Amino acid sequence: MIGFSWFTRCTPASEPKIAIPSEWFDINGYIKIGDTGLVTIFSPNPEIGQNVMTSMPMVVAEELDVKWENVVVEQGALDEDAFKNPQFAGGSLSIMLGWDALRMAGAAGKRMLLEATAREWGVEISDLTASEGVITEKNGERSIGYGEIASKAVGIEVPEELELKEPKDYKLIGTYQKNVEGPKIVTGKPLFGLDFEREGMLLAMIQHPPAFGMKVKDFNQEEIKAMEGVKDAFIIDTTTDEPEWSEVNAFHNLIAIVGESTWELMKAKKALKVNWETESEPENSEMHAERLRRDIEKGNVEESRNDGEAEAAFAKAAKVIERSYSAPFMAHNTMEPMNFFAHVTENSAELIGPTQTPKALEDAASKLLGLPVENISVNMTRMGGGFGRRLYVHFGLEAAAISKKMGAPIKMIYTREDDMTQGTYRPAYLSTYKAGLDENNNLVAFSVKGVGLPEGPVFPKRFPAGAVENYSAVKLGSPTNISTGAWRAPRSHFTAGAEQSFLDEVAELAGKDPIDFRLELFDRAKNNPVGEEHDYDAERYAGVLKLVKEKSHWGTDMPGISRGVAAYFCHNSYVAQVFDIAMEAGQPKVKKVWCAVDCGIVVNREGAINIIEGGVVDGIGHAMYSELKFQNGSSVHNNFNTYQLIRHNQSPEEIEVFFVENEISPTGLGEPGLPPAGGALANALYQATGQRYYHAPFSTADQGQERIEIG
Amino acid sequence: MATYDLKINGKKQQVDAAPDTPVLWVLRDHLKLVGTKYGCGVAMCGACTIHLDGEAVRACQVQVSTVNGKSITTIEGLSENGDHPVQKAWLEHDVAQCGYCQPGQIMNAAALLERNPNPSDEEIAEAMNGNICRCGTYTRIKQAIKTAAATP
Repeated sequence: MIGFSWFTRCTPASEPKIAIPSEWFDINGYIKIGDTGLVTIFSPNPEIGQNVMTSMPMVVAEELDVKWENVVVEQGALDEDAFKNPQFAGGSLSIMLGWDALRMAGAAGKRMLLEATAREWGVEISDLTASEGVITEKNGERSIGYGEIASKAVGIEVPEELELKEPKDYKLIGTYQKNVEGPKIVTGKPLFGLDFEREGMLLAMIQHPPAFGMKVKDFNQEEIKAMEGVKDAFIIDTTTDEPEWSEVNAFHNLIAIVGESTWELMKAKKALKVNWETESEPENSEMHAERLRRDIEKGNVEESRNDGEAEAAFAKAAKVIERSYSAPFMAHNTMEPMNFFAHVTENSAELIGPTQTPKALEDAASKLLGLPVENISVNMTRMGGGFGRRLYVHFGLEAAAISKKMGAPIKMIYTREDDMTQGTYRPAYLSTYKAGLDENNNLVAFSVKGVGLPEGPVFPKRFPAGAVENYSAVKLGSPTNISTGAWRAPRSHFTAGAEQSFLDEVAELAGKDPIDFRLELFDRAKNNPVGEEHDYDAERYAGVLKLVKEKSHWGTDMPGISRGVAAYFCHNSYVAQVFDIAMEAGQPKVKKVWCAVDCGIVVNREGAINIIEGGVVDGIGHAMYSELKFQNGSSVHNNFNTYQLIRHNQSPEEIEVFFVENEISPTGLGEPGLPPAGGALANALYQATGQRYYHAPFSTADQGQERIEIG
Repeated sequence: MATYDLKINGKKQQVDAAPDTPVLWVLRDHLKLVGTKYGCGVAMCGACTIHLDGEAVRACQVQVSTVNGKSITTIEGLSENGDHPVQKAWLEHDVAQCGYCQPGQIMNAAALLERNPNPSDEEIAEAMNGNICRCGTYTRIKQAIKTAAATP
């Protein structure tokens, strides 16, 4: 296990006060200690902007018991044995899944140093304490820095059971620490896959079919090869046997053009004349809308839950309300387009680049190249965004296939147009919610059915399951040849918006405050739950609503401010948000967003606040502005001139984040900040404009809704 | 293909490139200055922002044949030691998440403050609107620009 050395990956958390060591000692997969006391900690997981590169080493450093200012961080390579932990960035799971391994690694390191010192001094470990990089005798004079004893700690075996710190004793976890790569980012150092450079490397670009359901047949190969700066052009095939989920790819056969400079390759792409074959029916947005409408009734049931008798309860209810919500296909649009470096030889493959799933890439490459995994190495560069896009390994396989064909190291890059039209999109959705109130305005019946192209968005066991006597939830699928994949908080980001704005309408119908209305339901779920187990902790869910209610001074009259609230639980964390909107020159402006978060122990408060802020902005932006439309099987949008992403002047003026303080083991933050945003936004917009928002993107979609109210 | 004499970050550089090659790719491919980023190629994202004779421009739209005799500053040359007030403010406010858009944001912000040392929030938003941050660090960018503006 070593970090690769072509980057200056040794990143001081701040300017180290300790001299650069002349010798380093490998303590374990995560830690090496220099003779001067400088400590290198390897961050195991891919860095996509969620800043695990700071928080994961912080956990190690806590248990190792060193000062953060004496730590330098390096990106670890793929080596799940050395890190004793899966290495991937997805599901907001890095800290949660790594919590034990990270702490154990630090504790093991400390133990080895204590053991070495005990042996050196002829004392028992129990006679020693270790703190902030120094070991001292409890009842004596001697002390020694980690750097001085590190050489003797190498190879010492540690017991299976190690004592870990109590949260009350944390010195580093829970503090505010700056992004360890900050100084490199602001000075434009080479950090990203697109920046990777290797002596003798060639560049490659690809061309994929212009529409889903199409395949390449042939192209003007000789013409392209004759162009200035082109070394070769050919078709690659990245099909493997028994593809895994991470190998989602609409286009296994691609045209690859190899050369030495990007601009020449871009020109070569423009000169392509290609014969495409149609393999399945080209789809368009009208077809998609029709399929969703048809299959919300007739689609393939993927999951469902039933408590009581929802239909009968609706029939008896005093008031019934039904609403439908929809959202289009969306692209991920990481700021850094897809790219990867590969150097494939007869016996080996070296893969370097932006991947959220290095192990999945290694396994897929092994199949594609017919090489054993031992002969394949994967190194992760910093990523210009992930959002789920880089969970999929096709672009790594493409670079590998091109490298193998060329017999040369290759860096393959996508244009923005290639990227935005490649697929792996967020599915399109349609959900219909129905609620029934009795004469006392209690919620007695609730149903949701939601269909997606292709996978439905509904989580039948989530809130309000368990809180409503008569409850029905159905998740439905509908077919499409558009390729789709996980998009930040998959399914949750849509369902949260639909459900939380629906609950707002129900609360209004019931004449209740929206927060109080939800808290009543959480009480029911906690004290007298309906049906089988439900998929949330009602007390923690209520907890974030109570915290945001308190911090936002909910209920206080705020002249000129219209407010909306939403709360959602996903990826193991609870988030509640209040949006404050003011009308300025006839346009709604988000003045402030208040967020209350329960993610258990917060490791790096600075990074945690930043990622929640980012989730809020992301949630607003996509609810308001973003969509893909299809014609003849192609996305009509292929660049930012027509695909809208949220910009500076559309962003909230202020965001404030509060954490529930508890000692629950930490859960993730990469995704949970996003889902409540769309719902809270829609609810605040209603208060500000009198208009309800049902269909994304809110800025352009027709908000027509067939109203169904009885009573 | 032609030969061009460029002045980049105070240094003379000679490159051989087709006349229509965007300065973005001259920087990244020919000169290995990869701080200036590619995000869209159509001047809609701002990731490629550089200074051309002190003015913020999108390098993906500036052809190398048009910059003879002009002075180019990239993120690598904004300061000697990463200590331009904007860079320092970015670190103070821990702005970056993935960091990919940030060189462009910083270059655009630095040019803004050069021409308008004390911008209002509206002026900041207007000037920065061409720079997309997919991670959503806009509130921190605004705070950092205000801090940099307040630096004497």
